[in-house]
Amino acid sequence: MKVLAAMSGGVDSAVAAARAVEAGHDVVGVHLALSRMPGTLRTGSRGCCTVEDSNDAWRACDKLGIPYYVWDFSDRFAEDVVQDFVDEYEAGRTPNPCMRCNEKIKFAALLEKALALGFDAVCTGHYAKVLRDESGNPELHRAADWAKDQSYVLGVLTHQQLEHCMFPLAETPSKAEVRAEAEARGLTVANKPDSYDICFIPDGDTRGWLAERIEMKPGDIVDQDGNQLGEHEGAQAFTVGQRKGLRLGRPASDGKPRFVLEIRPKDNKVIVGPEALLAVDELRGIRISWAGVPIPAVLTGEEFDCMVQVRAHGDPVTAKARMERADGSEVLVVQLPEGMRGVAPGQTMVVYQETRVLGQATIDSARSSAWDPASVL
Amino acid sequence: MTNSAVYLDHAATTDLNPAALSAMTEQFAHTGNPSSLHGAGRRANRVIDEARTKIAGVAAAHPTEVIFTSGGTESDNLALKGLFWNRTEKNPEARSILVAGIEHHAVLDTVAWLETHENATLLWMPVDADGVLDLQAAEELIEANHERIALGTLMWANNEVGTIEPIAAFVALAAKYQIPVHSDAVQAFGTVPTDFAASGLATMAISAHKVGGPVGIGGLLVRRDIVLMPVQHGGGHERKLRSGTLNAASAAGFAAAATAVQANLDAESKRLSELRDYAVQRIAQSIPEAVLNGPRDALNEGKRLPGNLHFTFPECEGDSLLFLLDMFGIASSTGSACTAGVPQPSHVLVAMGRDARSARSVQRFTLGHTSMREDVDILLEALPEAYQRAKKAGMAADESSIHTAGTGFTR
Repeated sequence: MKVLAAMSGGVDSAVAAARAVEAGHDVVGVHLALSRMPGTLRTGSRGCCTVEDSNDAWRACDKLGIPYYVWDFSDRFAEDVVQDFVDEYEAGRTPNPCMRCNEKIKFAALLEKALALGFDAVCTGHYAKVLRDESGNPELHRAADWAKDQSYVLGVLTHQQLEHCMFPLAETPSKAEVRAEAEARGLTVANKPDSYDICFIPDGDTRGWLAERIEMKPGDIVDQDGNQLGEHEGAQAFTVGQRKGLRLGRPASDGKPRFVLEIRPKDNKVIVGPEALLAVDELRGIRISWAGVPIPAVLTGEEFDCMVQVRAHGDPVTAKARMERADGSEVLVVQLPEGMRGVAPGQTMVVYQETRVLGQATIDSARSSAWDPASVL
Repeated sequence: MTNSAVYLDHAATTDLNPAALSAMTEQFAHTGNPSSLHGAGRRANRVIDEARTKIAGVAAAHPTEVIFTSGGTESDNLALKGLFWNRTEKNPEARSILVAGIEHHAVLDTVAWLETHENATLLWMPVDADGVLDLQAAEELIEANHERIALGTLMWANNEVGTIEPIAAFVALAAKYQIPVHSDAVQAFGTVPTDFAASGLATMAISAHKVGGPVGIGGLLVRRDIVLMPVQHGGGHERKLRSGTLNAASAAGFAAAATAVQANLDAESKRLSELRDYAVQRIAQSIPEAVLNGPRDALNEGKRLPGNLHFTFPECEGDSLLFLLDMFGIASSTGSACTAGVPQPSHVLVAMGRDARSARSVQRFTLGHTSMREDVDILLEALPEAYQRAKKAGMAADESSIHTAGTGFTR
């Protein structure tokens, strides 16, 4: 196969590419330029499209004896990932930009270009598995190492996208093994720190970064009954489940801490309340996609048992899900018998059965039978 | 010499001339600092002196006018900063620089630095759709601002689209007010006649590796009556304009390469321009939508560098085409890339009036002394299919047609 290895400059993608080469594929390394200001220097473990990352990716390719190119996707990244991130926060939701990048950049813009230029697959250093069912259809599964499993951030991939994915790290027992393998292969990135946080916010100060891009206005902080408790400097800077930084002078009547329950950018209100009210038992998801062929219940609208995960490294919880169709729109309704804490609209819920990713939806609303947010007006 | 079977990027760098290799090999075996006063030093200094004389001969300059530098970029820096500082020291009001948007980054970034750090004012001279300086507009700028102009700069030939600029006419306009003019002649030197004495230029930048010499040495020709303020200080080498121990072996290689191209200049110019025009005609037939950028010069009248082919291939990313051709073993160029290797829309095409989108859809093929008809034929055979594929891959700024979770979703 002709394989395009997406090379971030990190150890995972370098080892993934090495394994693809070893498997006998015809591999070409490509580093994605995503920043509008390329050529900056890396600080700590953060940053994207830095000179170091580009150099590290080049050196890895050189070591592997494969050609190397840098392709510019900065325009699409700015629109589909960065602007989307700002828009979502502005609307009071909590987006996951890494998922959006997988959805729109790595496995869409890059994949399309790769296919057109004659490649068969895009290879990345993600920890996840693509398996095939009896008919040869692709299925997305968790990686062997659940601690490193990244199937959540790939949950957004569609059938067409999965057809052309290659994840050579799928069966790796641990990250330590990947580093050891990199060392043994003479790859200089063997001990490079893991990247984390959001690549386009180099200093990691998400709030400060957002404040420069979203107009923040002071507004009211109210409790679950609508009583005014204090003021905030901009509702968009809060996240559901947040406890610190509320700066409420008056303690709750029961003396227990209060948490952000909901953000309402339209009224510029932040609603806070006791921890118990953070628990939700129903999630409604829109913008649904299925990772491969959907299971039959999806098409019939029957309820099905599944596990739901709402964060990259969150624990999956038991759920019953069903597709609801009305007025031409589709909603994935998920019941959570055991409840779930601190779920924010905008987050992605990925639906699993055992190790298999069935699909995902963006959480439009999270409801609690103990409390109806509509009661706060 | 390269990993590419067909090397069509001679404007980036070209094969080392065998005469340069043997001259350098011979000199590398000898010890001696050209500034030393003993026998070994005198021997090394003789090598430098002979190289200087030969290079001066090729450029039609006096040997004392040749200042050795590390290459074209350093030469441009020394000329522009040196002229600017010298002029403003005498007249603090004279802080304007005449410059065109088609210049190489070595010039553009230097004048931009002077603007930011030395309070220079940039007077932008427009170019026409072929990249040729608009002399009338230049004259108007000079007439309106001559009392404040420190210097003018105009490249002899453009590195991307191969346009040869009206150096003599521009120098004549500037000379009316004794405005010194610098020219970046890195692409022109050794390819077309570059007569420094006749040009009236104050300074002219040249580079060894573009003519078959080694990388890491170049020259700045500085007219004898021109005073520059040095950028690099130290032992006072090179008329105190450029301190640093001279590299005798590289100078010998530079001189050998320059002498070799000079001896063959007319015949080579004719040979390459015929090869170029053959490719232009064939590409016009096989890819009718391809647009040749820069002037046509079917009679080789000195409007375009003989070895330069530069096209816009509409609706395809330059880097897609570069990739596909590279896979065929054909080396080409999209123009400039940043330090992280990211292709940038060509600023030259933007200066020529093209929009930023089409300025990304360009490809440069440059022929040199090792280029043969077979090289061009291999390109001509590969290009139509590569273009169709690259066009299918689309423009990076456009939305992908891959079905994603968000397709059709409206908030």
